[in-house]
Amino acid sequence: MKNIFIWINDAFLKMTWLERFINWIFSEVFKIDAETQLFKSLTFFFYDIIKIFILLIILIFIASYLQSFFTAEKTRKILQSKKGLGANTIGALLGTVTPFCSCSSIPIFIGFTKAGLPVGVTFSFLISSPLVDLASFILLASLFNWTIAAIYVALGVIIAILGGALISRLKMDRYVADFIKQDQSSKMMMCAEPQLTKKDRMHYAIEQVKEIIHRVWIYIIIGVGIGAFIHGFIPEAWVLAVLGSDNPFSVIIATIIGVPMYADIFGTLPIAEALILKGVGLGTVLAFMMAVTALSLPSMIMIQKVVKPKLFFTYISLVIAGIILVGYIMNATSYLWI
Amino acid sequence: MVIKVVGSGCSNCKKLLELTKEAVQSLHVNAEVLYVTDLMEIAKTGIMRTPGLIIDGKIVSYGRVPQLDEIKTFIQNA
Repeated sequence: MKNIFIWINDAFLKMTWLERFINWIFSEVFKIDAETQLFKSLTFFFYDIIKIFILLIILIFIASYLQSFFTAEKTRKILQSKKGLGANTIGALLGTVTPFCSCSSIPIFIGFTKAGLPVGVTFSFLISSPLVDLASFILLASLFNWTIAAIYVALGVIIAILGGALISRLKMDRYVADFIKQDQSSKMMMCAEPQLTKKDRMHYAIEQVKEIIHRVWIYIIIGVGIGAFIHGFIPEAWVLAVLGSDNPFSVIIATIIGVPMYADIFGTLPIAEALILKGVGLGTVLAFMMAVTALSLPSMIMIQKVVKPKLFFTYISLVIAGIILVGYIMNATSYLWI
Repeated sequence: MVIKVVGSGCSNCKKLLELTKEAVQSLHVNAEVLYVTDLMEIAKTGIMRTPGLIIDGKIVSYGRVPQLDEIKTFIQNA
């Protein structure tokens, strides 16, 4: 039974056959010496690109099909009946399954707030949504292993729950932008939740695959390119001097580099993979990935339009503090996971 | 007839705008197609997931890009 699982894992998730094939092409067909840096970079690049695109297409399809059952409207309805930390928890969990593109963050924020949801619950949702989803979970399992994937998801959800709970605790509801509060009077004219057929869901899932691939392919190629370059050409000593566990600021540096970066988690994964292979600590790499996905300049610019500065900086500081904390804890305990 | 396509400028929103214009043209109806991108305006409609389609003040679709035929039906039923 265990062997079957390992075989399926290797064949479909890790695609070891693809790695062997790519290695064979470059060593036998192009006659590149397997010990060279060029060989390392090229095989890393092509193996990762092909694997990520195959997995991504399949995963986005499955995830979108499932997500068509979880809409922002249903999420809002469920959250309205919850209170306290439970509401933050449900909000964070629903954030992982509700389809969400960063351009929807403002309408969702306004829709949740006008429905009377505490701002902390909305933030639990908004933090977990970009940070964790099904596709990134499976890709993490493919590039690293199932334990690391599970840890990433659990920590992402915990940051979202606690971040949102603290925002509620600090009574931040008054720092929502005035135009949202004033707008209470305007009637919402909702149409009934559309009844989607199986065919509609298939159509939706296929459109999502096209749309997401169209949006992220460039980040994946850049990400894999950077990863391949680090893997083949950057000396281990350099990487470890900046991000190694001997440098007490490694996690903070990784987080600060990651925050303004606008990339998809899929573009970040190959860089993370290359860093792990260089011996960078697991916590440092997780912090980097979380910083890239949870916060980015475009998303910060959007959020900043609907909240006042005090709430905005509280949100940013809480997420950054959470990520840095997670990084140090994971570095200290990484011997348990790898 | 006033048809509003509501979206913040993402690729799906532009696609819906194209499809709507196409539907209006092929049906030969007298309709004005507006593209609403202002966030305040979007917020007022109550739509949480863009793109949304509003015909004469009524939300007929949101959160997805309906197929061309579906958009035509929306216009005909309005």
